Amino acid sequence: MNNLIVLPLIIPIITAVVLVFLRDQIVLQRIISFVTMGFVCIVSFILLNIVQTEGIIRLDFSGWMPPFGILFVADSFSLLLVLTSSIVTLICLLYAFSMMGQRYEKMFFYPFVLFLVAGVNGSFLTGDIFNLFVCFEVMLLASYVLVAFGGGKRQLRESLKYVLINVVASWMFLVALAFLYGSVKTLNMAHIAQRVAEVGQDPLITTVAILFLIVFSLKAGLLLFFWLPGSYSVPPTVVQALFAALLTKVGIYALIRTFTLMFPLQQEVTHTIIGIMAGLTIIAGCMGALAGRDVYTIATYNVIIGTGFILIGLAVGTESAMAGAIYYLIHDIVAKALLFLLIGMMIYLTGETVVKKMSGLIQIYPIFGWIYFILMLALAGIPPFSGFIGKVLIGQGAIEAHSYILLALGFASSIIVLYSLLRIFLASFFGETTISPEDKKPIPKGAYTSFILLAISIIYLGIGAESIAVYVKDAAETLMNPSIYIDAILKG
Amino acid sequence: MESLIMILVGILASVGTYLILSRNIIRVILGTAIYSHAVHLLILTMGGLKKGDVPILSQSEGPFTDALPQALILTAIVISFATTALLLVLAYRTYKTNGSDDFHELREMPDE
Repeated sequence: MNNLIVLPLIIPIITAVVLVFLRDQIVLQRIISFVTMGFVCIVSFILLNIVQTEGIIRLDFSGWMPPFGILFVADSFSLLLVLTSSIVTLICLLYAFSMMGQRYEKMFFYPFVLFLVAGVNGSFLTGDIFNLFVCFEVMLLASYVLVAFGGGKRQLRESLKYVLINVVASWMFLVALAFLYGSVKTLNMAHIAQRVAEVGQDPLITTVAILFLIVFSLKAGLLLFFWLPGSYSVPPTVVQALFAALLTKVGIYALIRTFTLMFPLQQEVTHTIIGIMAGLTIIAGCMGALAGRDVYTIATYNVIIGTGFILIGLAVGTESAMAGAIYYLIHDIVAKALLFLLIGMMIYLTGETVVKKMSGLIQIYPIFGWIYFILMLALAGIPPFSGFIGKVLIGQGAIEAHSYILLALGFASSIIVLYSLLRIFLASFFGETTISPEDKKPIPKGAYTSFILLAISIIYLGIGAESIAVYVKDAAETLMNPSIYIDAILKG
Repeated sequence: MESLIMILVGILASVGTYLILSRNIIRVILGTAIYSHAVHLLILTMGGLKKGDVPILSQSEGPFTDALPQALILTAIVISFATTALLLVLAYRTYKTNGSDDFHELREMPDE
């Protein structure tokens, strides 16, 4: 059964390679990519339930026992993220079918989305830090292509910056890996954790930990987010939604994994730095969201606020805060995908990006307008939608750990998020419509389906929070007690 | 020997940084290539330079040399090769579409 763990990585890669040869058969490409993602969703759901009964499972490639070989590890945390991101990709594909346009679909759009998903899933599942680097690169190479997809003037300029920043970040990842290997002589994450616990986390290892912090912060958009607003506003809508949903979340996953499993011993240094960075990220994100006049700026700064908020959970570091961070991470994947899809649709319908130039969308497209309203409440953290439970738990954890400043910043950011999104709602959805009856474009059925499915997920994550509570509780427990993870790998 | 190589890594990293900070796209890409050479040497040195024999049981009784850094470098070389190739294509397209290979000029261009 353990062989199932590799499927979320290998199935998308194999299908992507096959799809490259089916360049002109667009309908076939759509069907195959959709079926593939559906299959990955089912596999990860089955795996999630296996982990609940059997505990953490692992797959040693070619039978090399840990800590010598490369391995994949599946625990509740990584599988929850694999499942959520696969479902979101599936729904985003539905949007792509109706909105992407043949010109793009013929340029290997689906293969690259599948490569991206393979990299993302691989990063979530791997148990080897060098393999994490490789999976990051698989994901990044696909994202380099997708960010430049279409090749507009501004798009190429922004994607060049995006690629260069990520190349330098990957270089720093390798530097950190070299120093880590030099000091602990192993690359297996559980084994590193064990070695660090044995010799104690001396200043050298803490420095290496901070190097990792810088690398992952660049990917997650934690404080070092200067590249994010530019590069997230240029690619086609579906790509933006996938980036906002998946790419920054992989960085957050890596941060949480690194600082709960491998370097948990110098919390007063590392977790304080993470806390300060998260606080500054929230402040800067709020400023950007308030200052933004076009929908892209507001949406990208909302991604940054979300990152800061999740990492408050890590900085605080109690079990309830960790559970809250996991809830919020899942919510954020779904909600940010929906936010970018809706905003892309607004721009498609009106041809404008500036908030004030759109008006009265809710009169023509009532369901569209109400879905935006639901999303706005979910992002602000209003019950019964998905953001609520995560915010409450992170807040509870912050009170337990007496981090009142982070608590205040986190909750104040909810109001700013609500304000920035409400501004779009009031200006663009209410009021007299500016679209004349002749120019009125219908919203394609595929796009509507994807909005409704994502909105249902948001409501389900809010009302049905109880049903995923078992998985989240198990995930938070494993994160808080690294010995569970280490024993599952080194003693199994 | 280790210290010598570390000095070389430092020189390469500073040359790479100098190139990355320049305005011309091609120089920046060359800078990233030199960066990757620097880090490959760094991994090799951090793993310990040649101390013993080939790590094959039938050929030697030890002490063995750690072969893992070389496997890591091989992977890293392939990845940096792919990234550099893609970066060159992207830079060429940007030059063709925008008509400039200078970052300052690119930044000041108006949006579409």
